[in-house]
Amino acid sequence: MAQRTSLNRITPYMFVAPAALVMILALFYPISYMIWGSFRDWDPSQSLSETEFVGLANYAKLLVDPAFHASFWVTMIFAFTVVTVEMILGVGLALLLDRNIRGMSVLRTLFILPMMIAPVVVGLVWRYMYHQTYGTFNRFLESIGLEGVNWLGQNPLLSVIMADIWQWTPFIFILSLAALQSLPKSALEAARIDGATGWQQIIYIKLPLMMPVLIVTMLLRLIDAFKVLEVILVLTGGGPGLSTEILALRIARTAREFRELGEAAAMSNYLLMLLMVLTLGMFAFTRWQEARARRLKFAAQEEG
Amino acid sequence: MPTIRLERLVKRYGAVEVLHGIDLDMAEHEFTVLVGPSGCGKSTTLRMIAGLEDVSDGEVYMDGKPISNLDPKDRDIAMVFQDYALYPHMNVAKNMSFSLRLQKRPQAEINKKVMEVAKMIGLDQFLDRKPGELSGGQRQRVAMGRALCRDASTFLFDEPLSNLDAKLRGQMRAELALMRQNVKKNMIYVTHDQIEAMTLADRIVVMNGGHIQQQGTPAELFKNPVNKFVAGFLGSPPMNFLDAELVDEGGTLMAKGDGFNIALPAELANRAQKLALGTATLGIRPSDLEYSADAPDAASFDLNVVISEYVGAQSVLICSCGDAKITVEIKSETPIALGETLRFAVRPEGLHLFDPKTEMAI
Ligand SMILES: Nc1ncnc2c1ncn2[C@@H]1O[C@H](COP(=O)(O)OP(=O)(O)O)[C@@H](O)[C@H]1O
Ligand SMILES: [Mg+2]
Repeated sequence: MAQRTSLNRITPYMFVAPAALVMILALFYPISYMIWGSFRDWDPSQSLSETEFVGLANYAKLLVDPAFHASFWVTMIFAFTVVTVEMILGVGLALLLDRNIRGMSVLRTLFILPMMIAPVVVGLVWRYMYHQTYGTFNRFLESIGLEGVNWLGQNPLLSVIMADIWQWTPFIFILSLAALQSLPKSALEAARIDGATGWQQIIYIKLPLMMPVLIVTMLLRLIDAFKVLEVILVLTGGGPGLSTEILALRIARTAREFRELGEAAAMSNYLLMLLMVLTLGMFAFTRWQEARARRLKFAAQEEG
Repeated sequence: MPTIRLERLVKRYGAVEVLHGIDLDMAEHEFTVLVGPSGCGKSTTLRMIAGLEDVSDGEVYMDGKPISNLDPKDRDIAMVFQDYALYPHMNVAKNMSFSLRLQKRPQAEINKKVMEVAKMIGLDQFLDRKPGELSGGQRQRVAMGRALCRDASTFLFDEPLSNLDAKLRGQMRAELALMRQNVKKNMIYVTHDQIEAMTLADRIVVMNGGHIQQQGTPAELFKNPVNKFVAGFLGSPPMNFLDAELVDEGGTLMAKGDGFNIALPAELANRAQKLALGTATLGIRPSDLEYSADAPDAASFDLNVVISEYVGAQSVLICSCGDAKITVEIKSETPIALGETLRFAVRPEGLHLFDPKTEMAI
């Protein structure tokens, strides 16, 4: 009998074991390798065991490296700008398109197309559109009598931000739309009867009820925006100068051009720590939500 | 307070017509109950009055003015929903005051009104709770309170008690009956529960299949149902229906069937003879049948007890009479055994006849 129960207790772990093994090999091994490497002076021609241990030197060097600072701030500005604009546009579009009129489902499908295109392709397409003489934007500006803009040369950060917004607004749009459509219909009807105008319904009922989904969506998007690479790589390659060199690009360059694998690893770890804080924030938020829901349910049950 | 009039109100969903021309007048301060089996179009009717559904055809008038193109907020109505439809992110006070706050009334006035209503419905202890922290009955009260806080002229209720357990439902029904006397407003109340309808209504409107079957006071509908549907829908336990032949025996019209031969009262007999029907459906409410061993043959049924349901002071007996089943009520202390044959006298005024084809009352 005792044997039986202990076996029962082990069974679930046995089922999890293969997945856990894959996780350890595929996830923890590279991460540990990276962390280990970040403490060493490491040239790509050496194997890790031949390298010299330098402690926190790589990290310390980065803290005073102006190029890293520039890159860090470009990333911050990029991430917070795109996420803010995408949230406003995505939620706004969802609020606008959350109605049952003919053709709406086609429109919704069209709206999510940008998200389905591979980022490299998005980069190529936008690079063409930004082209100083043949590009769609400048041709349009010229056709209405305005002067063309040197998009990628003079406004590089703005240009990559616009491309990212174009690609990722649909993500927020879809999730907001799903949140909107799962709102309690009758509460909205009650608000209409209570005299709320369309705006008042949005501000007092819809947005507050969507908030949990919106917060998680925003954190997900933020985590993703910090890791952006392909579109910027194709559009500007980080330039001109360091103006669009986001962290992911800086890491790649440090590793390949400057041949400083240790420093690149340290930089990755800074990014990892930042994302970890965001992720933990997101988990903490959902945990808090669930706990609150449980507490409310419990309180209600107690009173019968 | 306005009078409300529905004129040939029609609702279609695509090609399907679910309401077929509803005509209804509701007087000032009247408590009107729409009752009918589920799916008959009660909620749809109510929601069209509220402005939550478009009117496909016909018109809703309030004080003679057509309102079917007005927004819900311009109709001066308050509504209580079946699922309460509380705002989950607002506490009780905020829920109740939502409409007043939208109107930008002075804070002092809002507080006073909320407190007054909360006291009336017994929620003054719970003003800071969110709906999720309340029990079903309390949520129901908040929904009522939210409607009461508005000074709307018309109150609409869509099955407000159907999500409560039986005991709470009875209690809330009594409170509603009390509130109805204190709050002089137009009230339109939708329910599928005929007991709620009977106890609350000034006027009952019985609906079935998108048509109004009959309207009138509860007593009128109970005593003189116009058709078999209304007769069977109101009253609990429901009316018994038996197939009968109408036979003239020495000047008296008898309703004759398997195991019974009942003399019809003169007035009913006259009406039946005018229609020259050979057969009819005989309807008798359980409450019109009385246990009486020495009743005459022509005014009684001999019933064989099949099932006895003890419900307290009364027991409900399901008996067989030939092939038909008849429900009767009897005092629980009466000693009876299953399989026993008992004689039940029928009150002459409790006899109803229905045309077997049209199902209309004779
Ligand atoms: N949105 C809808 N689309 C199609 N049919 C509907 C819709 N809403 C209600 N109906 C139909 O209309 C009829 C009346 O519904 P309803 O008024 O809700 O009935 P009830 O009397 O139970 O309140 C039902 O047969 C229902 O199936
Ligand atoms: Mg209904």
